[in-house]
Amino acid sequence: MSEDKDRGGFFDTGWRPSGDVHRDEDGRPHDHPGVREDVGLGVRASRALAMHELLVEKGVIGEGEVDEVIEAVSKRVPSNGATLVAKAWSDPEFRTKLLEHPKETVIESGFVPEHNADIIVLENTPEVQHMVVCTLCSCYPTQLLGPPPDWYKSFSYRSRAVTEPRAVMSEFGLELDEKTEVRVVDSNSELRFLVIPRRPDGTDGWSEEQLATLVNRNSMIGVSAATEPGTD
Amino acid sequence: MPAVHDRGGWPTDDSIDREEHEWADWERQTQSFRTVLDSKGFMNVDELRRGIESIDPAEYETSTYFERWSASIETMLVEKGVLTIKEIDDRAKALRDRWGYPS
Repeated sequence: MSEDKDRGGFFDTGWRPSGDVHRDEDGRPHDHPGVREDVGLGVRASRALAMHELLVEKGVIGEGEVDEVIEAVSKRVPSNGATLVAKAWSDPEFRTKLLEHPKETVIESGFVPEHNADIIVLENTPEVQHMVVCTLCSCYPTQLLGPPPDWYKSFSYRSRAVTEPRAVMSEFGLELDEKTEVRVVDSNSELRFLVIPRRPDGTDGWSEEQLATLVNRNSMIGVSAATEPGTD
Repeated sequence: MPAVHDRGGWPTDDSIDREEHEWADWERQTQSFRTVLDSKGFMNVDELRRGIESIDPAEYETSTYFERWSASIETMLVEKGVLTIKEIDDRAKALRDRWGYPS
């Protein structure tokens, strides 16, 4: 996000079409739209901004409406999913509920899905490793994990997750036991997946809050393991 | 060949670039703009996908993620008669002039 945190809505003169802030030789931000020199403001970017401005002028959407959504979107972060995983690790009753009635349990926990999409929760074990992809685009449980990372949306991940998931996991630093079965699941707009990674050894007696710090985002997509204690 | 968006299993040796780019404001704005349009019944997530999947394959291959969203939003708003291409052309040019970008 840009450094000009005091920027107001889209129509303020301080608004920039890019998150990058240009600085002059003295390091002061200067006020022409801060678009990266190497990219500039693309045609599609300016057309998106044009459509927004036109619809606000026509009164089809309110001036602050998009900013309100941006604010709400910023509350979707991977620690949401991590709290659920840590609770599932700690509380067998909750674990069963999360696996058997995932959508209801996620909503009861305060995380409302986008587009009312369904969700399935999958548990990784020494026997089975689940890994999530969206081959067609980028579907993802954003209410639990925040926006999908760039690599999740990349052509190479979308292609290779299907054909060589072990090689992909290896690139992410996870060397699976060859006896572990790999199941790749393909998301769509109606159905998202959350993975419960294996609980690391050496965490007996840890509180949910402590455990949640080990539940990294990639482990909930299934491309990585949970963080080992003491390694951050 | 499958359609351009249907990437599962496409042959590639490309490694996965794990670096995250910092979102530009226009990308955040476009993502949330789509949500607002959805809430008002102008385009749901399936229409977003249809719009993305109907992008010319050459553009699909070379555009960024939210550039594809922009193209899809435009397709839907024009198709539904909410905006015309000329209105969008003119305003986009005006914005580029305002910010000092070549049109």
